Amino acid sequence: MTEALERAYRDERAAVLATITRRLDGDLALAEDAVQDAFVAAAVEWDRRGVPDKPGAWLTTTAWRRALDRRRHERVARQHLHRIAEPMTHDFEFELERSSLEDDQLRMLFCCCHPALAPEARMALTLRSVAGLTVPEIARAFLSSETAMERRLVRARRKVSDARIPFAVPPDERLPERLAGVLRVVYLVFTEGHAPARGDSPIRGELCDEAIRLARLLAALMPDEAEPHGLLALLLLTDARRAARLDDRGELVALEDQDRSRWDGARVDEGAAVLERALRLPAPGPYAIQAAIAALHSRAPSWAATDWAQIAGLYALLAGHDPSPVVTVNRAVAVGFAQGPEAGLALLDGLSLETYQPFWAARAELFRRAGDRGRADAAYSQAIALSGNAAERVALERRRRRFGG
Amino acid sequence: MQYLIQLTYRPGEGPQEGTPEFDAEMAVWGALNNELREAGVVLGASGLQIDSATTVRSRDGELTVTDGPYAETKETLFSFYLLEVEDLDAAIAWAAKMPAAEYGSVDIRPMVHFELTS
Repeated sequence: MTEALERAYRDERAAVLATITRRLDGDLALAEDAVQDAFVAAAVEWDRRGVPDKPGAWLTTTAWRRALDRRRHERVARQHLHRIAEPMTHDFEFELERSSLEDDQLRMLFCCCHPALAPEARMALTLRSVAGLTVPEIARAFLSSETAMERRLVRARRKVSDARIPFAVPPDERLPERLAGVLRVVYLVFTEGHAPARGDSPIRGELCDEAIRLARLLAALMPDEAEPHGLLALLLLTDARRAARLDDRGELVALEDQDRSRWDGARVDEGAAVLERALRLPAPGPYAIQAAIAALHSRAPSWAATDWAQIAGLYALLAGHDPSPVVTVNRAVAVGFAQGPEAGLALLDGLSLETYQPFWAARAELFRRAGDRGRADAAYSQAIALSGNAAERVALERRRRRFGG
Repeated sequence: MQYLIQLTYRPGEGPQEGTPEFDAEMAVWGALNNELREAGVVLGASGLQIDSATTVRSRDGELTVTDGPYAETKETLFSFYLLEVEDLDAAIAWAAKMPAAEYGSVDIRPMVHFELTS
């Protein structure tokens, strides 16, 4: 029984929550409480009467009844203040139709990634309500205490309910902007796993896996939009290198030094296929371009034999969409290989990215290749001082020892 | 769903009275107010005296009435709308049309509505 309950918690919870939230017209706070109630009820009932044939349907129906009970209690408690207009009925049996379940998950994603929520709350809420991670898991991912994370989640859900953040896929005129926000949250979840900004762990594989799962869901639910496919391709192609990114001592290995035979060939192939689809759809954007760059790396037999000219061209295209420091720095690195380190350094000259660690790491590499050991060493020191991640610091120190003055 | 739309700005920001820019802004407000009326979403709206606010607090049964909050350099509330619209996205869409969004800010506060009389 415990096993059935655990399986239901893992596999059905997000779908049940999404269905109940839609039925409650976007009242995520109440839906969350009701779903929690349903799992508590399941722990008792399934033990006593056995596991139902369709655990998902049982949980949904139970959660719906609990939601109605909770609303009724609330109404009684506040009768002298509130008027609650809608009559609520019990006679509702849930048809768990696949297509409607998936639509509800998509609505939940747009709801959790709404710009009216704080950026960190968007990520936490998405991991909780769409990916189905537990509060302790999310707290661990953000290196926060469970109490603080629970508080953040409660506050975010209250805002969804109280401000009436729509539980809907936005209409066409708002879709591009909102979809970009959703993709951004998924991308940030991946980044937090691939290159954690905090803590001493070089990779958090579970976050990479969740982000890929969310990207798959988005691509499947929005088959005609290029960017969800672009994002999925980017994540797959990047994640394919996971095993090669750590050496025997658990230290990060730069792309340049990775053992390419350890890349996950199946992931690369899948990523390449998804990228092809993204490029056939109208208006591929920044994620598809980044995926194309990742695909060129995947195809290269070695760092030296990489098609740097094409990568530099793709970065120039990307800079048109997103003139951010990270794009500028990566473009300078690619140009440094395609046209020589001086050309790369010229792109970085005059930029004020003094506190941006990758800027210094890139300058260090370019100076080293230009033969300027003194400046390379100084730039390595800056990069090391600015790094917030222990594994990254160790990797930079190693490079300085190997190449510096 | 009902929302209080609060318009705030720092005094001195935005077009100044007597300039063509000010007249242009007023024309935008006029058109927007017509649009809001025609959409039937306005429950109430008004400009506010910005330097004549009074704050009431009661602590342990003791009432204090103070002048302020002051404008000083902080953003000050100068106008509001009460709107009845479908959801937050609809409220955001109206707020985005308000000229104050360009130089000040427009805060959207969901209203908890209750009956004052039984």
